[in-house]
Amino acid sequence: MAVVIRIPAQLRSLTGGEGELSFADHDDVGQVLEELTAQFPELGSRIFDESGEVRRFVNIFVADEDIRFSGGLRCAIKPGQTVSIVPAVAGG
Amino acid sequence: MSFAKALRCKECGKTYPVEANHVCEMCFGPLEVDYDYEGIRASISRASIARGPLSIWRYADLLPVDSTNRVDLGAGFTPLVRAERLGAALGLRDLWIKNDTLNPTGSFKDRVVSVALSKARELGFKVAACASTGNLANSVAAHAAWANMDSYVFIPADLERAKVITTTVYGGTVVAIDGNYDDVNRLCAEITSDEPTWAFVNVNVRSYYSEGSKTLAFEVAEQLGWKAPDHIVVPVGSGSQLTKIYKGFQELYRVGLLDEEPHVRISGAQPDGCSPVATAFREGHEFVKPVRPHTIAKSLAIGNPADGHYALDVVRSTGGSFESATDEEIKAAIRLLASSEGIFAETAGGVTIATLQKLAKSGVIEPDERVVAYVTGNGLKTVEALAPDSEVSATIPPSLEAFAEFRNAREKTQGER
Repeated sequence: MAVVIRIPAQLRSLTGGEGELSFADHDDVGQVLEELTAQFPELGSRIFDESGEVRRFVNIFVADEDIRFSGGLRCAIKPGQTVSIVPAVAGG
Repeated sequence: MSFAKALRCKECGKTYPVEANHVCEMCFGPLEVDYDYEGIRASISRASIARGPLSIWRYADLLPVDSTNRVDLGAGFTPLVRAERLGAALGLRDLWIKNDTLNPTGSFKDRVVSVALSKARELGFKVAACASTGNLANSVAAHAAWANMDSYVFIPADLERAKVITTTVYGGTVVAIDGNYDDVNRLCAEITSDEPTWAFVNVNVRSYYSEGSKTLAFEVAEQLGWKAPDHIVVPVGSGSQLTKIYKGFQELYRVGLLDEEPHVRISGAQPDGCSPVATAFREGHEFVKPVRPHTIAKSLAIGNPADGHYALDVVRSTGGSFESATDEEIKAAIRLLASSEGIFAETAGGVTIATLQKLAKSGVIEPDERVVAYVTGNGLKTVEALAPDSEVSATIPPSLEAFAEFRNAREKTQGER
């Protein structure tokens, strides 16, 4: 099994147009994102601020759950789960 | 031609062309429309506005739409009414209600949707879509029908029945999602990445959409004789409306329509069951921590408000405050507004009035301040909230005797009070 990361349209120019990328299994979402940004270093500065925290307008979901509710970057991730990176949007 | 000259990131200031784009690709900050204010100043006047239509489009110079071929059902220019009876009940001597329940589909969303779909059509979109807690759903479905655009409306599956009916009647596609509004919104943000030809009014054309809320400030100032009020109370879901009303008052001064720089104190209203911004205010936090909503005020049930911290900044910098209300307080406030002013508001309006009540009681709102409370949605949309406690006074046979008997009994009980 692998972990899939969904990339939003705004960042696809940095992944060669790819909207979905597969990575080996890891314990938590932070480790998966580390691998993503190792492969695409420019993504790192878009997703994380200077202190290494997820930028406040970036939402990250593991299996459709906001990681803010489940331990942030330490949120556990199971094989086969999907990580989504989603810009914040306005209400309605 | 409009005076919109660029989209500018509210976080890092990077500018982009006026296109279908809502997120800064550098920092993911929201993009906001920037205008040629000198140009507007030279073009606009109180007289030119007075000659315009009785709708939001009388302020077209301050909106980001080029074409005069607008998607327009007549949103805006709703009554600003002096609320003497409610004011007396709350100890406020100069209270006004902006009655935005009287829009084409019954909420302020018609303002933002009219702007969003006018711009969307200008940018070449054929499909209108949105994630909605109900009011936006009604408005997008209606405006898309009028504009002959296909519509896709995404709603949480537990939405009030009335809001489902008042959306499906317009004939577009309505998809219910097993989840709350934040789940719907997240899904729509992801769909936007895959369907770039759809105009999601609150996602990829959001920069234009949210500008429509400025007209809530423009109208109030014009209706008060081109003066800004001292204090306003605004319901907060995503926080967008509150920040745009602030921007609206600032712009009026900037383009010369207000003689004095406005110092409007802006207070926010949230339901207890979803009050991430009010909580951050109370606890003195810089950041808004997302919550899982549970409230009868479903139109404000946004647990992760995108503009929450901007709303927090505005409230703090203008000397306003935040309050929140329980479900019972919301229902009582809906009845108070209805029985004192004859205005039937939806649950979000109950949140606003309950907050007004608390801020008046605690002295945050001073008795002589000129206060405007924004009541932004019609009560017919959320009758379910009141249904359990709404009984007739009596059911009687169609006879004069029965009625006389009822009158006697009623006068007796009222006399005993």
